Amino acid sequence: MFRIGFLPLVDAALPILAHEQGFAAAEGVGIELVRDMTWATVRDRLLYGHTDAAHLIAPLAIATTLGRGRPAVPLSVPFVLGLNGNAVTLSTALAQAVELGDGLADPVALGARLRAVATARAAAGTPLRFGVVHRYSSHNYMLRYWLAAVGIQPDRDIEIVVTSPPFAADALAAGEVDGICVGEPWNSIAVDRGVGRIALVTAQIWRRGVEKVLALRNDTMAERGDEVAALLRALHRAAAHFLAPDTAEDSAAILSRPEYCAAPAATVLRAITDRVRLAQDAEALHIPDFMFQYREAANFPWRSQAAWLYSQMTRWDGTPFSPEEAKAAEGVFRPDLYRAALAGSSATLPGASSKMEGSIDSATGVGATQGRLILGSDRFFDGRAFDPDKIPAYLNGLAG
Amino acid sequence: MRIAIIDTSTTRAAIISEGLREAGLGDLALIDPAGPLLAQLEAARPEVVLVNLENPSRDVLEDFFAMSRALARPIAMFVDQSDAESTAAAVDAGVSAYIVDGLAKQRIKPVLDLAVRRFQAFARLQNELAEAKNALADRQAVDRAKAILMKRRGLDEPAAYALLRSHAMQSNRRIAEIAEAIVTSDALMGDL
Repeated sequence: MFRIGFLPLVDAALPILAHEQGFAAAEGVGIELVRDMTWATVRDRLLYGHTDAAHLIAPLAIATTLGRGRPAVPLSVPFVLGLNGNAVTLSTALAQAVELGDGLADPVALGARLRAVATARAAAGTPLRFGVVHRYSSHNYMLRYWLAAVGIQPDRDIEIVVTSPPFAADALAAGEVDGICVGEPWNSIAVDRGVGRIALVTAQIWRRGVEKVLALRNDTMAERGDEVAALLRALHRAAAHFLAPDTAEDSAAILSRPEYCAAPAATVLRAITDRVRLAQDAEALHIPDFMFQYREAANFPWRSQAAWLYSQMTRWDGTPFSPEEAKAAEGVFRPDLYRAALAGSSATLPGASSKMEGSIDSATGVGATQGRLILGSDRFFDGRAFDPDKIPAYLNGLAG
Repeated sequence: MRIAIIDTSTTRAAIISEGLREAGLGDLALIDPAGPLLAQLEAARPEVVLVNLENPSRDVLEDFFAMSRALARPIAMFVDQSDAESTAAAVDAGVSAYIVDGLAKQRIKPVLDLAVRRFQAFARLQNELAEAKNALADRQAVDRAKAILMKRRGLDEPAAYALLRSHAMQSNRRIAEIAEAIVTSDALMGDL
């Protein structure tokens, strides 16, 4: 039996479906889902043994291992639960000020207009304030990456505060923040309530940004390796099912239930079919790669993804790069466990464990030890590539 | 040692602060959940922060602790760092604690142990209250069902109760459930 902690988000889909659609039972493991409202509670339940595994924001698994803001506890990530699926939603007032059009904004053009507003607001002593879901979240790092690259210095030109996902739309409605970067269904809920407009999706900032992961304590991995492998096979089958034709409505009906996302099924359905409604009365727009749960070995925990998150952690925590920390951070992601669990299954297994991030322009075949792997564009919006072996040089380039 | 208490339940916060006061820990700051959280904390400058585990503001709090220049960066209480048993007991009871660095372990333990006992006492009270409420609702439903049966079927009270009881046994349901069904159907059917 695995008790799995989660927050009410669409990207908690795989453990929920593994349980509800019987994939876990077919692999001989039980799942009990434990819902919470903050990442701090999800993390604490995992650390203190109230749960055995957790749906977790990837940077928090690394921060917990490195002991940022608390004593260190080593965690393992043998499976990525999804890529992207987040958006930047602006208050209707800010959307008007930056002249959002009907479609998705261009990150560079929007950045220039936002910079003008941010500068004026900072000069007036009422700086713009954006909410992200956690200090150690991909949302925080994606938002900051975009802002810094368009010349808006976070913490100087603009404030970034924390608002937990279920309260993000409320914070926008109450005027506590001018924008939010959060996962679905919470952007769409803000849009449907008429309190915000979606400006960008995070896939526009990094086309293949790592998002939620399955995290376990290292002692659980050591003691229950076979059971964890069975759980990973169940999650893989759930991911294949999630992407299969004609399953979206069923999945949306399950995920929208009160014990999971407690959100309208139509809103959840839009998110999982990559259709996003940008403004209250607009038609939903199809955004390819909005949310990425399965294709291109999306569940494979690339060590280079962990390395990128670590690079951003040093950048925004203001701590020096440390080779030892970088190694520990990369070591949180466990491609070895993924391979061992899924050998002989239908899962595609990459030959490498690390790659250049942001270096692929168009569909490219890469080495695989099982199945055939073609990776699509994984670009960052500013065209920079990340070499996990050259983090200090990468950080110097970003600062300049 | 100043202790701040942040709790979504003001009743529980009052129960905890009373306990701390009785134990001679009177330097307390009760944070009003309806007020501005961070401003209140900044003004209180606590060395220990007690917060219920499921408090919806915990991510906001942790970010504040990491960033704050006003407070001496409290960090989460942790099993390996302090007394393993009392920290685990705290999490089980639903308490999480943040402590400023350098505060001696032996000074924290009584605070945490007391908070745990008060949290548990509060949970017991709530259970008892819920049980009492249910029992009262059950009794009211049974009384009303008996009255309906007495009027409609011309029975006396013991016979009405016996009828309810035998029907409950036959259908393997609680007497209160049968009673509720009778009350509901009577309300729907009226004088038919």
